[in-house]
Amino acid sequence: MSYKIAVASGKGGTGKTTVAVSIYKLLAESLNVKVGLVDCDVEEPNDIIFFPEAENEGAEVVLQDIPNIDVEKCTFCRKCAEYCEFNAIVVLPSARFAEVNSSLCHSCGACLVACENNAITENKLPIGKVTDFRTKVGHGLLEGKLKVGSAMQTLLIKELKKRVADDCDIVIYDAPPGTSCSVVETTIDADYILLVTEPTPFGLHDLKLTVALMNELGKDFGIIVNKAGLGNDEIYRYINENRIELIGEIPFVSSFASNYAQGNLTENTPQEITNSLNSILSKLQLRILVNERDNHTQR
Amino acid sequence: MKEITILSGKGGTGKTTITAALASLANNAVLCDNDVDAADLHLILQPKIEEEHVYAGAWQAKIDSDKCIKCNVCISNCRFDAIKLNQDNYPEVGPFQCEGCRLCERICPTGAITSEQSKNNHWYVSSTRFGTMVQAKMGPGEENSGKLVSTVRKKAKEIAQKINADFIINDGPPGIGCSTISALSGTNLVVLVTEPSKSGFFDAKRLVELAQSFGIPIMGVINKSDINLEMTQEISHFFESQNIPTLAKIPFNKDVVKAMIEAKTVVEYDKDSEIARCITDIWNKIQEKNILVKS
Repeated sequence: MSYKIAVASGKGGTGKTTVAVSIYKLLAESLNVKVGLVDCDVEEPNDIIFFPEAENEGAEVVLQDIPNIDVEKCTFCRKCAEYCEFNAIVVLPSARFAEVNSSLCHSCGACLVACENNAITENKLPIGKVTDFRTKVGHGLLEGKLKVGSAMQTLLIKELKKRVADDCDIVIYDAPPGTSCSVVETTIDADYILLVTEPTPFGLHDLKLTVALMNELGKDFGIIVNKAGLGNDEIYRYINENRIELIGEIPFVSSFASNYAQGNLTENTPQEITNSLNSILSKLQLRILVNERDNHTQR
Repeated sequence: MKEITILSGKGGTGKTTITAALASLANNAVLCDNDVDAADLHLILQPKIEEEHVYAGAWQAKIDSDKCIKCNVCISNCRFDAIKLNQDNYPEVGPFQCEGCRLCERICPTGAITSEQSKNNHWYVSSTRFGTMVQAKMGPGEENSGKLVSTVRKKAKEIAQKINADFIINDGPPGIGCSTISALSGTNLVVLVTEPSKSGFFDAKRLVELAQSFGIPIMGVINKSDINLEMTQEISHFFESQNIPTLAKIPFNKDVVKAMIEAKTVVEYDKDSEIARCITDIWNKIQEKNILVKS
């Protein structure tokens, strides 16, 4: 079983990708184990930008089962539309019209059970693709990329995770922003969550929402304050009062922001950034070692 | 009445900061937060809540073990792998895996399964110093955020029609998935706020593709434009090639955070600052454009 770390945040743009890509590279370089990176931000997958040398090892189109109603067999009884909880089926008996709206369909199969005339079959429709990239360090990047126009991001994340190599010792999930179902899908099987935030009112507000979600999911988590020095101290007060572990702080350095903009997180990194990333790394290593020890004693 | 939606693809590019500043410049607008799972606009606008409503969210199934005969038909028919056997070998629904399709409830031979709708989502109508605002608060981990976006937008439209407002200004969600699709459909103008980073550019292109597929006009803003001037130029060229007018290039300014801490818009914080000038310019251009485009 691999140890899974999810990197999440409520607010967008706090530095999830920066943290996920950096710890992937650092863990792979420092530990003699297989580390995999999975870009679960399928709406806007950006991890690949930071691996210009990556080689595409192959992509797979992910399909969704979409029901199709045969109007020749359909009696327009509307039972399928009544069964559909997602309002994806329109049946107009007077016009002899029956159709499924693929962008609302969740592929639950209820309409197939509802139909007594065998008028419904399923077709496969693409919702995105999963690409396997070989990277210079680490065991590789697996990227999910939602097809533009598809609303099925959560299903794609589920399918993406099924394709993660099972020989990885450590897997890092880069999560989408927010606190809705796609974040749940990303973090649900993670052993540990790194919540990346920034010391601003927006950062704090969205952090609180994410902490509520993590508590509801019963997850073990710690916080990384990115862009430290930019805002105020409220966030630290919150972290202290709620006894949440502060895993690290990454200072705001404009030259690092500029490196990030160019897709570079490894070269000419300012010393203070390197120091803080290394300190985060050693805390994570300790966590991974403790987890291994616990697994051994359980056996 | 025109509906304007601020979007970005990538998170953290400055959507809410710009939305709030536009709100402070508009004279007759309804404000609406479409980012229902991490709503922040209220932190600047400090709304006084006038109405609170519960939004009935997704259904969730529950199995009554007294009625269950362990036939496991529910398990084999659930396409979301949401039902698993518990320690006593009874099927049990995982609350976070259940999508609320209610198929298990319909096929259970003993009627042991019932569903309940989540009452964790709320939406509000409030008054702010810049006019009426509609916003939502989604419960953690909820499904169907797209439907909640549609709910707040519908209410904002109702209010705008009633008070004869000129504009609805929508603060949009990040990404291009179900919430963004709900925020896009039927709006009159997308104001795309991006930043000059490879990620910002990549994400903006995906959003442009989505908005164009809906046939919605787009206007661009390059925020934090001095972080990488080459990238800013590349994005400008891209906008030009797509016939997207660039409304403004806004340089990075730490005052944005200072204004946020004081719960002020950047215009209120310092109306003579460059960012305030840029946003005033954006607002003037949007108004010009909207006079030209009759609905």
